[in-house]
Amino acid sequence: MKLSKKYISYLWWAIALALFIAMPSLVSDSRLKILGKCLSLGIVALGIDLSWGFTGLLSLGQGIFFSLGGYAIAMFLQLNSLKEGIPEFFGLYGVRELPFFWEPFKSPLFTLIAIWLIPGLIAGLIGYLVFRNRIKGVYFSILTQAALLVFFNFFNGQQKLINGTNGLPTPNTILFGTMVGDPLIQKYFYYLSGILVILFYLFSKWLVSKRFGSILIGIRDDEPRIRFSGYNPVLFKTLIFAFAGCLAGISGALFTVQADLISPQYMRVPFSIEMVIWVAVGGRGTLLGAILGAFFIRLGESFVQGLIPGGWIFIQGGLFILVVTILPEGVIGWINNGGPRNLLTRFGVKRFIATYPSLEANKKEGI
Amino acid sequence: MDLFFDIIFEGISIGSVLLIAALGLAIVFGLMGVINLAHGELIMVGSYSTFVTQLLFKQPFLKPFYGSYIIVSIFIAFIFSACVGILLERLIIRKLYGNPLETLLATWGVSLLLQQFVRGVPLAVGPGIIITFISGISIKNLLKDKFLNFAYKKYIDLSIWAFSVTLGILSTNFIASNISRLSRADSRNVDVTAPKWMRGPIDIFGETYPKTRLWIIFITLISVVAVLIFLNLSEWGLRIRAVTQNRSMSECLGLSSKKVDTLTFAIGSGLAGVAGVAVSLLGSVGPNVGQNYIVPCFMVVVLGGVGNLLGTVLASFGIGIMTDLIGAGRLMTIWPNMPESLANIVNFFATTSMARVMIFTLIIIFLQFKPSGLFPQKGRMVES
Repeated sequence: MKLSKKYISYLWWAIALALFIAMPSLVSDSRLKILGKCLSLGIVALGIDLSWGFTGLLSLGQGIFFSLGGYAIAMFLQLNSLKEGIPEFFGLYGVRELPFFWEPFKSPLFTLIAIWLIPGLIAGLIGYLVFRNRIKGVYFSILTQAALLVFFNFFNGQQKLINGTNGLPTPNTILFGTMVGDPLIQKYFYYLSGILVILFYLFSKWLVSKRFGSILIGIRDDEPRIRFSGYNPVLFKTLIFAFAGCLAGISGALFTVQADLISPQYMRVPFSIEMVIWVAVGGRGTLLGAILGAFFIRLGESFVQGLIPGGWIFIQGGLFILVVTILPEGVIGWINNGGPRNLLTRFGVKRFIATYPSLEANKKEGI
Repeated sequence: MDLFFDIIFEGISIGSVLLIAALGLAIVFGLMGVINLAHGELIMVGSYSTFVTQLLFKQPFLKPFYGSYIIVSIFIAFIFSACVGILLERLIIRKLYGNPLETLLATWGVSLLLQQFVRGVPLAVGPGIIITFISGISIKNLLKDKFLNFAYKKYIDLSIWAFSVTLGILSTNFIASNISRLSRADSRNVDVTAPKWMRGPIDIFGETYPKTRLWIIFITLISVVAVLIFLNLSEWGLRIRAVTQNRSMSECLGLSSKKVDTLTFAIGSGLAGVAGVAVSLLGSVGPNVGQNYIVPCFMVVVLGGVGNLLGTVLASFGIGIMTDLIGAGRLMTIWPNMPESLANIVNFFATTSMARVMIFTLIIIFLQFKPSGLFPQKGRMVES
C-alpha cells in the first residue's frame, strides 16, 4: 500500500517533468512566456509559504522584494544594451548624468548578487526592526503593507531616478548579444524558471525537514514557549523573512524578463495580497501547494482575463472568501489530510479499513 | 501668525478626513479586534449612496428639497454601509473570530467583490438589495412578538422575504427607469456636487477658507462626539465596552455577545459610510476610492493605540499637520535660510506622494520606540 503510493507520486513527478521539458515544442512562443511567468511566480509563493505557512508571518509587502529584484535586472539590462551615454528615458526629464545608484549595475556579477541580496537585506532589516519589538500577527501584516506603500510611492514619484510610473521595459535590451524579447532567450528563461523552482522547492523541503523547520513551526504555534526553551525567535523569524525576500527578488527578476516590464504596478497592494491567495489556495505549509497554487491560479487568470475582462476579479474575490471559510488548509493540504476519501465516504463509498472502524473513522475524519 | 493658522487649518482639514475615515475602523479594529480590509469599500459604498441620493433629489418630486440632500445622504450612507457591514459580519466575519489573518484575507476578498460590483453592475441594483434586506429584517422583527409561536412560521418567513424581494425589485426598477445613469453598469468616476450653501469661500477673522472643508471638519466633530456619547453614556455602549473588555464574563452575565458584535460592527461600518459622504465632497469618486484610505486608516489606528479613541483623534490630526508641513513645503517658509543640504532633502519630499513616503517611514520609526502606539492599553497582558 505504502509502496504504491510512493510510485504514484514518482509518476506524477515524471509526468510533470516530461511536460515541462516538452512544453516549448508544444505551445506557441507567447503561451510559453505565460507559462514561464507562472513558474517564476512559484518562487515568490514558496517564500510566502515558508514565512506564512511555517512561521506564521503573513507579509503583505512581498511585492517590495519582488519589484526590487525586477528593478535590479531591468537596470542592468538597460545599461548593458547601451554603447555609451545613459538610457534614453532620462532625456525626457532632462537628466544628464546617471544617478549614482545605477553605477554598480553595469557589472553583471554585481547584478547577479544584487537580485537576491538587496531584497534579502531589506527584508531582513524590516523584519528585524519589527520582530525586535515583538510586533506580530496582524500588526506585522499592516506594517509590511505600509512599507509597501512607502516603496510604491517612492518608485512611482521618482521620474528622474527610475522612470517613475512608466517603469523600465526590457524586451528591446540586449543580453549575450541577443534581444531579451527574442523567443530563443525567452525559452531559456522558461527553463531557468522551471529549474530554479524545482531547486528552491527541494532546498526549502530540506530546510524545513531539519530542526530549523521544527523551530519555525514552533514559532508559529507557540512563540513564548520557543523563547522559554532558549531559542531566540527574532533570529529565526528574521532569517526566514530575509530568505523569503531573497526568493521574492529572484522571482521578480525572472518574472520581469518574461513580462517585458517592471513598473511600480507590481508594488501595488492588490498584487501582494494576490500572492498570499496563491499560497492559501494551494495549501499553506505544504510548499508544493504554494508553487502549484501560484502556477495554476495565475494561468487561470490569464485564461479568464482573455475570455471575460473584469470577470477574474469576481473569481478572485470569491476565492479569498471560499478558501478561508470552506477550505482553510488549501487544496494540497486537503488532499494530504484525506479529503477526497472523506468526500467519497460521504457519498456512500466504503473505505478500506485495517483496524476497528471506530478508531480509523475518528482519526481520519478529524471530528 | 497667518502661517501658523494656515498650517493648523490645513492640518486639521487633512486630519479630519483621516479621522472620519479611521473612526469606524477604530471601533471595528480597536474595540473588536477585527481586521476589516473592506473598510475602504464601505467608505466607497457611502460615497456612492451619496451620489445616488443626489440624483434622486434631482427628480421632479424631490427637486424643491435639493439643498438639503447632503443631510439626508449622511443618514442614508450610514444606513447603507451599516447594512453591508451587518451582512458581512453575519455571513463571513462571524465564522472567523479569533483568526485575524484569515479575517484579513476574507475581507480583502469582499473588498474586491464590492469594487467589481460597483464597476460591473448597474448602481440601481445596490439600493434594491439593501431595501430588500432592511424590509425583510424589520418586518420580521415587527411581527416577531405576535407570531412567535405561530404554527406556520416557516410560511410567514417565506412570504415576508418574498414581499421584501418584490419591494427591492420594484425600487430598483423605479430608480433605473427614472435615472438613466443608474440603469447601466458604468465604471467611470462619479462627481458629487455640494449644494450651494456648502460651496464657496468663507471669511473668518479676515482669512478665507473653503466652506466644504469646514463642513467636513464639522461632520467629523459631530461623529466623534456622537460616538463618544454612544459608547460612554448609552446602555448599548456599556454593553459594547463590557463585551470588548471581557467577552466570556459578559456572556456569563447574560449579554448576547453575538448581538453586541453585530451592533458594534454595524456602527463601525456606518461611520465608514459617513466618511464616504465627506470623501465624496472632496472630489470625484471611483470604485478604487477605498484603496487610498485603507492603509492610512490602519496606520492612524495603530499609531493612536488600538482601542483608544482619543489616540485615534490625536494621531489623525498629528498625521494631518505633518502631511501639510512636509507635503506643502511649509518647512521652507518657516525657516527660509536653512542649510542647503537640508533644504534639498526638504524639497525632495515636498510633494504629496513623497510626503506619504516620509510620513509612513516616520510612523514605522515611531513604532520602534512605542510599539503599541501613543496610548497603549494598560494592564499586564499575557502574551498570546
